[in-house]
Amino acid sequence: MNRRPRRAPASVSTTLRIALRFLTAKKRAMLMSLAGIVFGVGFFVVTQAQTSGFEQFFIRTILGTNGAIQIRDKIQDTMGSMAAAGHGPNAPRAEISVRSEGTRKYIEGVENPDLVMEALRQFRNVSGASMVVRGSVVADSSFRNETAQAYGIKLDDHLAVSDMERQIVRGSLEEFRAAHAGAVVGTVLAERLAIDIGDTIILRAGDQQRRYRVTAMYETGVRDIDQVRIYLHLGEARSLLKKVTGASFIQVNLFDKDRAPQDARLMEQVFRHGVASWQEREKTWLEVFRALRFSSAITVSTIILISGLGMFNTLAMIVMEKTKEIAILRSMGYTREDISRIFLWQGALVLMAGSVLGWILGAAVTYGVERLPIRIRGIFSTDHFMVDWSPWHYVAATVTATVVVMFASLVPARRAARLEPGDIIRGTAQ
Amino acid sequence: MSTTHLALRCDNLHRYLGEGEGRVHVLRGVSFEAHKGRVTAIVGPSGCGKSTLLYLLGLLDQPEEGSIWIRDRLMSNSGDLDRTAARCEHIGFVFQFHFLMQEFTALENVMMPMRRLGRLGETEMAARARALLQDVGLGDKTHRLATQLSGGEQQRVAIARALANQPAIILADEPTGNLDQKNSAMVFDLLTRLAKENGQAVVLVTHNPDIANRCDEIRPMRDGEFVR
Repeated sequence: MNRRPRRAPASVSTTLRIALRFLTAKKRAMLMSLAGIVFGVGFFVVTQAQTSGFEQFFIRTILGTNGAIQIRDKIQDTMGSMAAAGHGPNAPRAEISVRSEGTRKYIEGVENPDLVMEALRQFRNVSGASMVVRGSVVADSSFRNETAQAYGIKLDDHLAVSDMERQIVRGSLEEFRAAHAGAVVGTVLAERLAIDIGDTIILRAGDQQRRYRVTAMYETGVRDIDQVRIYLHLGEARSLLKKVTGASFIQVNLFDKDRAPQDARLMEQVFRHGVASWQEREKTWLEVFRALRFSSAITVSTIILISGLGMFNTLAMIVMEKTKEIAILRSMGYTREDISRIFLWQGALVLMAGSVLGWILGAAVTYGVERLPIRIRGIFSTDHFMVDWSPWHYVAATVTATVVVMFASLVPARRAARLEPGDIIRGTAQ
Repeated sequence: MSTTHLALRCDNLHRYLGEGEGRVHVLRGVSFEAHKGRVTAIVGPSGCGKSTLLYLLGLLDQPEEGSIWIRDRLMSNSGDLDRTAARCEHIGFVFQFHFLMQEFTALENVMMPMRRLGRLGETEMAARARALLQDVGLGDKTHRLATQLSGGEQQRVAIARALANQPAIILADEPTGNLDQKNSAMVFDLLTRLAKENGQAVVLVTHNPDIANRCDEIRPMRDGEFVR
């Protein structure tokens, strides 16, 4: 069959030029729609910057305090679990493995931390590891006593897996390093015990009782940590807690923190220890932040949605008012596609202007919000609003606005394209 | 007359308007020819089907029955895209209410069909539009918005616009119906002079007997049929 080639649409500049003129004819209504898009995009960016900012700061805090990964209890297969596999180059090829989660047993702590630390060096994503001996103690000061947790660490190892250095608010880690019986105490606990740098505290665990000098105070901002944790040198902690060998857990830091779940799974298989990534440990809080981010995005999107409805209304009005112009354009040879493009362009123009102005508004407000003072202690420590300058917030805001505006433009554009020029000129257009 | 001079032809056109009991048989088997360089007037009382015929000939509407040829090409059964392309290339319209794009200047209005056809560059289009506006006596008002022109001036811009793509056929629906006597004469003279100079077929619908009498041919209509 001999088919004629499809007719090329009018040039972009032609339909764009007409769209621009139609837009300017409805200045006030279009400015209202534009303002809606600007505020919608702007507020979307600001709310996302804030919620993500606090979320990122929370993640930085927990990574800087408890590390990306913790290797904890040993997994031991019990009688119900059997594994038979060949080993060595001459081993038989047959392999039988029977395993049941219900028959696994967890034994507290890491029995051979040095071996695990050695093996951790084989993981390319691991940037540092620190063995920690932990135990409950009672801290006595001249004022009162408090239940606390003693954390025995090797300082340099621990600095490689935490932000401890940055978290010191009084005293110094150098003094701690030099003092055999030094202690680094959380600010909240220090306040409760009414102790200061240089003061002495007595730590009691079982029948052990030892005296320590407060050499530094830290503040993570996480109240649950700051009110209980006391850092001691590893040897001191072993003596106090009577844990001569092993470790309570090994704290691991990673180059790529986002890969923690995959690395944790691999470590669990290799070491046969319970391994928890930061995403798993802090799942509850991370879910809270995610829910907040989504809910604020949905709330702010309603502004964009409402402005989209306004734009739909305005474009529908333009279609009704411009039926004669549409008819004359059709009589001149403009196709239905051209007419549709004229109205889609109007939506696109408002969208483009609204997005750019919305980005500027969002960035300006985010900049201002970042400087607003606010004191937060509890899950992290900050004295001002936290924001995250992510380009993805701008992309997400624009995508949301694009979806709304394109839907708002599509219906009037299709209606305009469907108009029959003969009907309009005859004056019988419905 | 030989077919090489034939710009437009229709045969046995039937058109109904309205629905249900209000359905009216507006055109009852109309046949018609328009020749290059000639001006044909279609006259008749209101509602006799003159404008309906004109819109069918201009491919703005489709007949229920019958055939329309534009420059020997059967167009009555063509799809919307082909009919739209034929309008762009071969047909120029002048309407009673001129239908200028109010947000555009006279020059831009005349350039509008040329932009769609896309055969000329921006400078050439502007030059041709200026020349056409000069021809219709509006050379000094090219940059005025349509709203800043009088009724007669707007109709002259509409004529320039209809001639923009050098179409073979000019269809005019009561082009002087909204103008005073002086402007009517001026617009008619312009339309016929320019069309004859370019060898275009002009078909105009009019109620004005003075205008009709100055055409090369008069085709009176009554009740959806030509009576002569």
